[in-house]
Amino acid sequence: MRIGVITFPGSLDDVDAARAVRLAEAEPVALWHADHDLKDVDAVVLPGGFSYGDYLRAGAIAARAPLVQDVVDRARQGMPVLGICNGFQVLCEAGLLPGALTRNGHLHFRNRDQALRIERADTAWTQDYEPGQRIVVPVKNGEGRYVAAPADLDRIQGEGRVAVRYVEGNPNGSMRDIAGVTSEDGRVVGLMPHPEHAVEDLTGPSTDGLGFFTSVLKAVVSA
Amino acid sequence: MPRVVVDVVLKPEISDPQGQAVLGALGRLGHDGVRSVRQGKHFVLEVEGTPDRAELQQIAETLLANPVIEDVELHLPTD
Repeated sequence: MRIGVITFPGSLDDVDAARAVRLAEAEPVALWHADHDLKDVDAVVLPGGFSYGDYLRAGAIAARAPLVQDVVDRARQGMPVLGICNGFQVLCEAGLLPGALTRNGHLHFRNRDQALRIERADTAWTQDYEPGQRIVVPVKNGEGRYVAAPADLDRIQGEGRVAVRYVEGNPNGSMRDIAGVTSEDGRVVGLMPHPEHAVEDLTGPSTDGLGFFTSVLKAVVSA
Repeated sequence: MPRVVVDVVLKPEISDPQGQAVLGALGRLGHDGVRSVRQGKHFVLEVEGTPDRAELQQIAETLLANPVIEDVELHLPTD
């Protein structure tokens, strides 16, 4: 099982994402944003960071990178894609996921351990969790407030597209406590919190994040 | 060279915490008459030849703005 991790100019968490892939016993494959080469990977992770310095809008310029257009094409054919933090922003900007991420409501960068509830335990990236399971992983962002027009939020909720919700406090003013969403087919997931930082007891608040990376192994086998 | 201006503004239904922070600062400076502030972006493009409205509209809607949360106003030289 080969899982690609894309590096953009300004990516920060690509190495941590690759390590999480390795701990899940898959093979991480480094991908470069400017290439048109997905290197025969079975799934792709877009990591956190500040691609292009968040210029224009967070994720906006990275979403137009050559490799991201390839990812969009493959995702529409069912390849699992996970976007974490800046990667989530890129997937929203690329039109693979609904909604948008904007400046935190309180205007402060927020960095803390965050409790989440798994709302959808049947996506490619969350099937190793139980529905309603509470997990704790780090959250760290300045532009993580999930927004959409009220009618769009109703539709996103109504279609069951909310994958993960903030519980025990909303770190950034995200509408309806939405921390992550999924595509219609459940193969693409994006979230602002960082499961890849919660995969080892030594460095994380828990190992709760590992389930994202083990889930996809089954998703690819069953596809 | 013709200059085209593109203003990008948040849709009215999307809240603007940055604008609200500016409004709060104006209040502290004594400018009590300002009722609302909405922050946006202002792009100035220099283009070769006669600006093509359709192409510029596409540029504005596919890159300069995110249509999920923002509206664009295009100002061509003849406007």
